[in-house]
Amino acid sequence: MRRRRGRLGLRAARSVREAEIGDRGGGASRVRGRMRRERRVRRKEGMERNQHSIPIDINSNPNQPTDSSCCVVLSNAVADHFRRRGGREYPYLNPEDWIAGKANMASGQVTKRVKYKSSVKDPGTPGRLLLTLEKLVFKPNNPNSASKLNMEFRYIKNHKYTKEGSNKAPMLNLTSSQGASYIFEFENYDDLQVCKECVGKALSKSVEAPKPADTSEVPSEQPTTEELLMRMNLLRENSELQKLHKRFVIDGILTEAEFWATRKKLLSGNSSRNTKQRVGLKSIMLSESRPAADGRTNKVTFNVTPEIVREIFAEKPAVRQAYLNLVPNKMTDRDFWTKYCRAEFIQGTQAAVAEAAEDEDLALFLKPDDILARETRQKIRCVDPTLDMEADQGDDYTHLPDHGIARDGSKDITDSQNEIYRRTLSQDLNRHAAVILEGTTVDDEQLRDTQSVAEALARSKQGHDSANEEAYANANQERLQRISQLMEIEDLRESDDHPLAPLSIKDPRDYFDSQQASVLKTSAGVETMKCSLSTREAYGSLRQSISHIKAAGLTDPIVTPEVALKVLSVLTQNISSTKFGLGKNPGESVLDRLPSAVKDELLYHWMSIQELLRHYWSSYPITTTYLYTKVKTMILFLIFIVAYNGKFKVDLLFCNLQHLQVSRLKDAMSKIDLQLQEMKESVQPDLRHQVTLLVRPMQQALDAAMQHYDADLQKRSARSGERPNGYA
Amino acid sequence: MKFQIEDVTVYFPYDNIYPEQYSYMVELKRALDAKGHCLLEMPTGTGKTIALLSLITSYSLSKPESPIKLIYCTRTVHEMEKTLAELKLLHNYQVKHLGPAARILAIGLSSRKNLCVNPTVLAAENRDSVDAGCRKLTASWVRALAAENPNVPTCEYFENYERAASSAVLPPGVYMLQDLRAFGKQKGWCPYFLARHMVQVANVVVYSYQYLLDPKVAGIISKEMQKESVVVFDEAHNIDNVCIEALSVSVRKQTLDGATRNLSRMETEINRFKATDAKRLRDEYNRLVEGLAQRGNLAASDTWLANPALPDDILRQAVPGNIRRAEHFLHVLRRLVQYLDVQLETENVVKESPVTFVDSINLQAGIDQKTLKFCYDRLHSLMLTLEITDTDEFLHIQTICDFATLVGTYARGFSIIIEPFDERMPDLRDPVLQLSCHDASLAIKPVFDRFQSVVITSGTLSPIDLYPRLLNFHPVVSRSFTMSLTRDCICPMVLTRGSDQLPVSTKFDMRSDDGVVRNYGKLLVEMVSIVPDGIVCFFVSYSYMDGIINSWNHTGILKEIMQHKLVFIETQDVVETTLALDNYRRACDCGRGAVFFSVARGKVAEGIDFDRHYGRLVIMFGVPFQYTLSRILIARLEYLRDTFQIKEGDFLTFDALRQAAQCVGRVIRSKADYGMMIFADKRYSRHDKRSKLPGWILSRLSDAHLNLSTDMALHIAREFLRKMAQPYDKSGAGGKKTLLSQEDLEKMVDNDMQDMLY
Repeated sequence: MRRRRGRLGLRAARSVREAEIGDRGGGASRVRGRMRRERRVRRKEGMERNQHSIPIDINSNPNQPTDSSCCVVLSNAVADHFRRRGGREYPYLNPEDWIAGKANMASGQVTKRVKYKSSVKDPGTPGRLLLTLEKLVFKPNNPNSASKLNMEFRYIKNHKYTKEGSNKAPMLNLTSSQGASYIFEFENYDDLQVCKECVGKALSKSVEAPKPADTSEVPSEQPTTEELLMRMNLLRENSELQKLHKRFVIDGILTEAEFWATRKKLLSGNSSRNTKQRVGLKSIMLSESRPAADGRTNKVTFNVTPEIVREIFAEKPAVRQAYLNLVPNKMTDRDFWTKYCRAEFIQGTQAAVAEAAEDEDLALFLKPDDILARETRQKIRCVDPTLDMEADQGDDYTHLPDHGIARDGSKDITDSQNEIYRRTLSQDLNRHAAVILEGTTVDDEQLRDTQSVAEALARSKQGHDSANEEAYANANQERLQRISQLMEIEDLRESDDHPLAPLSIKDPRDYFDSQQASVLKTSAGVETMKCSLSTREAYGSLRQSISHIKAAGLTDPIVTPEVALKVLSVLTQNISSTKFGLGKNPGESVLDRLPSAVKDELLYHWMSIQELLRHYWSSYPITTTYLYTKVKTMILFLIFIVAYNGKFKVDLLFCNLQHLQVSRLKDAMSKIDLQLQEMKESVQPDLRHQVTLLVRPMQQALDAAMQHYDADLQKRSARSGERPNGYA
Repeated sequence: MKFQIEDVTVYFPYDNIYPEQYSYMVELKRALDAKGHCLLEMPTGTGKTIALLSLITSYSLSKPESPIKLIYCTRTVHEMEKTLAELKLLHNYQVKHLGPAARILAIGLSSRKNLCVNPTVLAAENRDSVDAGCRKLTASWVRALAAENPNVPTCEYFENYERAASSAVLPPGVYMLQDLRAFGKQKGWCPYFLARHMVQVANVVVYSYQYLLDPKVAGIISKEMQKESVVVFDEAHNIDNVCIEALSVSVRKQTLDGATRNLSRMETEINRFKATDAKRLRDEYNRLVEGLAQRGNLAASDTWLANPALPDDILRQAVPGNIRRAEHFLHVLRRLVQYLDVQLETENVVKESPVTFVDSINLQAGIDQKTLKFCYDRLHSLMLTLEITDTDEFLHIQTICDFATLVGTYARGFSIIIEPFDERMPDLRDPVLQLSCHDASLAIKPVFDRFQSVVITSGTLSPIDLYPRLLNFHPVVSRSFTMSLTRDCICPMVLTRGSDQLPVSTKFDMRSDDGVVRNYGKLLVEMVSIVPDGIVCFFVSYSYMDGIINSWNHTGILKEIMQHKLVFIETQDVVETTLALDNYRRACDCGRGAVFFSVARGKVAEGIDFDRHYGRLVIMFGVPFQYTLSRILIARLEYLRDTFQIKEGDFLTFDALRQAAQCVGRVIRSKADYGMMIFADKRYSRHDKRSKLPGWILSRLSDAHLNLSTDMALHIAREFLRKMAQPYDKSGAGGKKTLLSQEDLEKMVDNDMQDMLY
């Protein structure tokens, strides 16, 4: 073998070091291969846990709400909602205002600048509107103005307001029981929002007031500012939660407290989130990348990036030590890596033995790692005794050499060629995984300088070791405890909740979406099916080509192969998608094939329904009027959602809602079924089936809830015939 | 909870009990009453160990006039620790409810290496040196020397223990190895010798199979166990192999070389003694003339491996005259070693029966059968006379004497096979002479004879009628329990085709096919992306696993796998494997998820649990058949056919399937747990293979899951995982109860018990 060390070339790029290494055979020209940077893997720790299942947790009973503001007057809330649904989205409140509003409300007072109008056309009197839970007071800026107002809420029958996004100014219209209306124009929608909530509360309170008996059950406890801030943060970080909150709380379906009562864990978990969650290392093995060879010559190229250096240093402490010892005193950084790469390249071949004998520096990389061996010996002592297979090794009596059957079929051939320079892939993989689990202390800034990386790693190792010895004794006791805990059979004893380390994913929806996308991208080899082409388009292009043929006569080939292929593939896919598409392509689900608008809508409804159902079921058994009202709200809103799903004629339903008798629930439901059908038909025909499949579980869940409600109602009315609405 | 089984009050440390645990206890109780042996198969994941322990301890507590001792045998040390941990739980419960009367002494016994607390001895690298290091400090003549000369080092822990003499006892309690060490350290007593001593009086002893089955070991450790003992072999599906191994010896070139070295060293020792202390050799001679091979009562620290032949087969006669003199004995051994050396030079495979082999030794080396038989005892006596402490240096000659004694003692059930090389590597000359035992019933017979009840239990004993034949015993109770599941928490599948619809198999002609390797890889890649937490893969052999991992590495499949989960691999290095397992668990705990590559018949497959999130899916790549061309296997199959009328094919399939079942059975621990099992080989879909799987797997294996391709398996897996993630009613909804409370049990006893059970 000719060695061509003289021709080793090196180039240093900005952040990427390339070391070209002459091959054993010796080649004529040199060619550089460039390793692509590792694709970022968007995998983070713990994603797998709740990857696949959207359980509706109807059994869980969230803590009973404890806020006085919980009481929602059914008619008002639903009515409000229906009115406002006509509009599109409205911008979300900014947190400061929201908190300010909340805080004000907590003290029971809101003051805003408004214009007071007696009718819509009236230019209005500027002034201040003061709202308390009992009454509203308007003070005009001009104290002489006649249009002062001071009235109690119990005279107010109804309130309306303009929707955000409409061209009209933000106005609030209060109708008194005498039929007179009071219109206030606000400076902006935020003010309106705050006042509207306040009015809603006040109104509900005034209705509630005659029944003081119930208030005792719902103690008035306002959340602290701290808690409010926490809630705000949560909402800001979690877009999904924000949407839900917007839909239910701001619209008054659920009260603030009810909404958060089911999410106590999220709030309490928050404090632990402050402990910094470390970002783990990627699972992929960087240094395992093979050298690039071009095939024409015998030259191969290794790339060494800072990330790879970190990995090598972490996994091979001997290399790290060698680097600290040798560079820059004995050799340069570049020489070091060249040598290292060369050793990696010849590792496991006959050449390794020969070269290592000549070059002691090179032998350093090929020899088994002493530091590692020492670490291993230390670690094996701390291993869980129920896993410790090493303990079996070398029992005084049972492990005698040459006893037992040496060469029967059940045993494997042991490698008799125990070379010292042998390192297997398995060892590398195990070592790599172990390092990943340990995590790293080297942050990205440090990465630039190889020397400091090596030093940092060495330091952290030392710290670790000394800590280890101290902790060893303590760890023993802990381990024993853990073992006995693990020994217990979990379903035979009473359950005890072990606290779980919370995983903070900033925005679950965003996270899982990107997760799926990256899976799609990275599952190499599997071509993601192209499904952007709709049947209509395909048909269109077919027609186009036919008309083209009509005009130009038959060409050869009759249909251009591309078109034919397009048509064929789309049709085939459409036909087979439902039947065979499932499970074929790992990253893709039916949802992904739906247009994104439909998909979003579906997901949104699904979440809403889940939230409502959770509240609904948790209200059972109904023990107080408060809960009864809540259930009623829920059930009505459920109906509404279904109706909305089906693009129901909202107004029509709304007209009935005020007086909707429970007996008519069923009528409504049968209508809803009809409407759902309509919705299905409104989707593209080829996707209709999928939509049906997706909608069906929602319907089923709703049906179950409604049936339960019906049954419950019947029981109730049977018990107290004189009260047709139970507690009404 | 506390309940009655007939006249025994059973204390069970949980609030609920599975119905199969209850019926398991009922059967066990009957076997104990009948003072007979029993064979019980109960699926993994139904709390076999705790049921067993709580019944036997309760049984013993209820009959204080004749307490029975429990000898619990496990395959490995870590299983021993697991058992002791469960026993601790039980013991705490019993003491809480019964007060101090329920206190028992339970200890685990292991090697010096695991029990030693002397730092100077522990500093030794491997186990032989711990062993020898201990002997160097504790041998009786060393201590005698130290009494005169204070400069001779001794072990203070052992000295303290000796000084404490009969007052050195363990207070009642359950002692894991760690507790023993801690106790020893605190008292300053040697935990190893303390444990060895306490074995005789302990109520529960947990130790390795070999301590009871291997005559060499049993002769010193389990010699004085009382007859009123219950012996339990847990995870006993491989018990026949352990029995066979206990009586098999192999001799290699290295062994012979080592033995030659040992002989010359012994010769110099003899000459030295002749010059300085001739009386000692004479004393030995006189003792042998009187017919005492052993020197009477030996100090505990001087004990050596006992005779490799079974106690009943050892001749109670004087050592023959031609080997009474030390130098004569050495000559005999020299001739024997030379003879074996010549035999190893052969170019062809030789298979002989012990009778012809002994004949030809007699003819060519002039050593008769009786002399051979006494080789071991004679060597033992000589070693003691020569005061040799570094016993680990003399293992080679010991092996030769073992061989001689066994070959001289047994004429049936053994064969001698000389192979010049391993068939799998024909170009590598590695001659080996093997004395292999074929009859598993030989080694276990003394156990059946000596103890009143022997319980053989495991998750996989199917077909259950085969074991009594293999081990040649008559159980009073032999039952296989099914598993009543609250929900279908196990999901076995047979995958016959890959994603390209081509069959997959590890059949000899297919296993190295690129397509098969790729299909297996794709299966795993798909599965890692949908299964949460841990996945375990079992391969048919190390070499196959290495090959497949390398080719996955080249084709990039490994990289894809690593994008989803960390990869850990079982290697032949036990230390590395242990660390890999530890890390695997941590990776599953922290939620990153991991895959563990392991080998059927390997150490991991034998004793490590992959329960709960440590294993949500097990993939068995291929059918783990033995290497069928192995001469020893062929010889054993012949023997089985001739003696027990067991067909070769049947035995091979049975053996492969019990290994496969064992691998996949590690995934479940309780009914709250769930897991999937994929048998990835087209041969599993054949009825003759499949039907050998234990009933609790078969009953969950629906016809629709018998012939799957990767995509279908994927679909099923998704559905299964989704279903399992839902909350469920633990006590079993409607119909059959799968979890019984104390009330249920009491009601059950009132009603007809049987029809509620099954």
